[in-house]
Amino acid sequence: MTDAPLSAVEKPRNQWWDVWAQFRTHKGAVAGLCFLIFITLFVTVGPILWDVDPGKLNIRNKNVRPIYMGLFGSDVKVAWANPMGTDNLGRDIMANIMAGGRVSLAVGWTAMILAVFLGTLIGVFAGYFKRLDGLLMRFTDLVLALPLLPLLLVMMLLFRDPLRATFGPENGIFILIVTGIGITSWMQTARIVRGDVMALKEREFVLAARSIGTPARRMITRHLLPNVMSPIMVSATLGLATAIITESALSFLGLGFPSDFPTWGKILFDSVDRMTAFPERVIWPGLAISLTVLAVNYIGDGLRDALDPRIRGQ
Amino acid sequence: MKLKTALLSAVATIALAPMAFAEAHEGERGRDGQLNIIYWQAPSILNPYLSGGTKDIEASSLIIEPLARYDQTGAMVPYLAEEIPTVGNGGVSEDLTTITWKLKEGLLWSDGTPVTSADVVFTAQYCMDPEGGCAQLSKFDGVESVEALDDLTVKVTFGAAQPNPYQPFMGGQSPIIQAAQFAECLGAKAPECTDANFGPIGTGPFVVTDFRTNDVIELVANDNYRDPSKPAFATVTFKGGGDATAAGRAVLETGEFDYAWNLQLAPDVIASMAEAGVGTPVSAFGTLVERLEMNMTDPSPSLEEGVRATAAAPHPFLSDEAVRRALSMAIDRDLLVEVGYGQAGRPTCNLVPGPEIYASTENTGCLVQDIEGANALLDDAGWVDSNGDGIRDKDGVELRILYQTSTNAVRQDFQALIKEWWGEIGVETELRNIDSSVFFGGDPGSPDTFQRFYADVEMYANNFDGTDPQAYLGQYTCDKAPKPESQWQGENINRFCDPAYDALVAELGATADQAERSRIAIALNDMLTKDTMTIVPLVDRGRVSAHANSLAGVVLNTWDSELWNAADWYRVGDNR
Repeated sequence: MTDAPLSAVEKPRNQWWDVWAQFRTHKGAVAGLCFLIFITLFVTVGPILWDVDPGKLNIRNKNVRPIYMGLFGSDVKVAWANPMGTDNLGRDIMANIMAGGRVSLAVGWTAMILAVFLGTLIGVFAGYFKRLDGLLMRFTDLVLALPLLPLLLVMMLLFRDPLRATFGPENGIFILIVTGIGITSWMQTARIVRGDVMALKEREFVLAARSIGTPARRMITRHLLPNVMSPIMVSATLGLATAIITESALSFLGLGFPSDFPTWGKILFDSVDRMTAFPERVIWPGLAISLTVLAVNYIGDGLRDALDPRIRGQ
Repeated sequence: MKLKTALLSAVATIALAPMAFAEAHEGERGRDGQLNIIYWQAPSILNPYLSGGTKDIEASSLIIEPLARYDQTGAMVPYLAEEIPTVGNGGVSEDLTTITWKLKEGLLWSDGTPVTSADVVFTAQYCMDPEGGCAQLSKFDGVESVEALDDLTVKVTFGAAQPNPYQPFMGGQSPIIQAAQFAECLGAKAPECTDANFGPIGTGPFVVTDFRTNDVIELVANDNYRDPSKPAFATVTFKGGGDATAAGRAVLETGEFDYAWNLQLAPDVIASMAEAGVGTPVSAFGTLVERLEMNMTDPSPSLEEGVRATAAAPHPFLSDEAVRRALSMAIDRDLLVEVGYGQAGRPTCNLVPGPEIYASTENTGCLVQDIEGANALLDDAGWVDSNGDGIRDKDGVELRILYQTSTNAVRQDFQALIKEWWGEIGVETELRNIDSSVFFGGDPGSPDTFQRFYADVEMYANNFDGTDPQAYLGQYTCDKAPKPESQWQGENINRFCDPAYDALVAELGATADQAERSRIAIALNDMLTKDTMTIVPLVDRGRVSAHANSLAGVVLNTWDSELWNAADWYRVGDNR
């Protein structure tokens, strides 16, 4: 008698399987994930397969149109060696979009990780420790009031030379931009996390944990962080999108990386002059930026649904 | 007497009436409403004495005026002066040591006070103050004293015979400022007088009502302008900033603006914009030369401020002439012209490409690219790749160049091409581009200005106004190097310093004979270019600007400010 109910109990499922099952029902999120994987492979594995130096000039082979333009007329200059065409100095556009995407995505991910880390840290501390709350939240307000572009300009002025001397021109600017974006975009995360932590702190299970003498460190890592994971994940995806856009905006304004160092924003910037004659040079990097950002936003949306146990399984 | 005057004016009116009708654009001041000008480099200051930037000089030329200007042919036209003083009319002394200017009668400042010779004297005192880093000091080279003979007469005395005495108070770079307004701003205090520097009281056709640094200037017609029928426009919006493409579009395609300055765009881009039919590109050749400037001092950030990029620290490898020459030989100037300027440019090896009498016609050696020759030259000079990293070196110094310029599509294309060529001769290049408002801003606090030159090589274009290159060539004397003590002002960007050159500049200043002057000017040009390769000229650029089809009276002038005759501009067609 006593054995029967036991055998009826199913083997407990890992909760991440439930999350994945819920995530899969969100079509936009799945499409977004597929695109993100595709674009990541495109910029990482792509250059290995498409072995063309993005900086190589070939002035005799300039202004080649993308291969599909050959459909519209036989007098259009196209070449299979440059499927997406070349720019006005004969640089291969496909190689440039790959190289540029690598930088843009790297900046996006690194800046996002930095911002989420900072935001979570400050949010949890402010929410958990009452004494730090006022101080940390006023600091958050202060940083919120800082405008990003002028701040980056000042940082550029102050730190460019030392960073360049230590890490080289490209890495130096990379660190500068990533830091700039990271330290100016953690505030939303911090506010959200603080709010959630404050609400969680009053729940019975936290009270119970505290009554058996759990130290603060373990309270945070064992009971609080897993429960605020869902808003953190969502703000992380949004942060990635913002970071890519900010980097593009900086490059578009001619700040940021050196001119021979392609990023999606920089390719856009260089192509705007000839936008009407060669629209593809604007469309491809523009599309890459927009689609990546859109994909990441959809993933965030899907993750929010999947990570919320109240929505999950409905 | 009164009757006679009345009769005379009646006769004059009758005589002038048909002319007035013939020129339909004559009329009362301010009849044509609003004028919109766009300069894609935004003015940071309206005082040309504190800025070497063309955009600042040109913007201020709407407000303050010199005694005389150059017209589109390079001839002199009196502005505040009654006439151009010459030896013939007694304005210039026989021994060429003095020039006496006479102001027009009845001139008023925009605040209603009369313009007197004291203002002219003050202007000279302001720029020649030993504590101030006057950006136009070379215009006052050799001036011993400036004195007022009476309320309207000014006598400039030079230390020695001055064959070209039309330097001070001539052209957009040396306008007259009001003594009353700038009285407290002499010497080191000059940059502190923000109100005066941002809104000078002038005699020009327009008056500043609102100045926003690096953004917009709002101006209205000057009620006290000497010609009651001018300017035709009541208000002017002078928008600065953005980029050349946006400026070109705003005038040629959308018609939002009436005048766009210096459209440094690829030729095919301008042509396709002009097809919209809203505006017209205008061009003219002057003395504008796109060049590479070689830094003779060490800009390394490891040096302390005060030593960095000053004569105290010679450049580790650019001080070797062979390196500079090889860098020049590796460049294919024909291709640069083809990529960047088309019909609006021509390859040149000269710093002074015109006027013809001053152009060094023998100096054509750089026109042919010679990569092998450059490689051989470097090999002979001991610059070889001894550690196998693909970069030439000597005594532990690697040929790594930081090459900076302003943000501009054509300049970035040039950078990419030149980097490639330099790569072929074993020189590694790091590129940097800086927002043009900052690069040409002249702000002594910024490390990114072209005067500070915290890079090994930089590229930009410069020219001289007027037809005489004496002041321009005089910029490269030892004492004009930008340095911390002069708030980084000065025109000798390369910090080139050669006593022989200084002596020759002094000789030019003492020579009156035209043939002899040409010979010396050409020798000076050759010293800077083909003999030492301190300056590596690339392209002689014609200037392309654009005006709306509804704006008439524009005469593109390469010898002075482009806005030199803005008082004569007027509106045609239905867009009044």
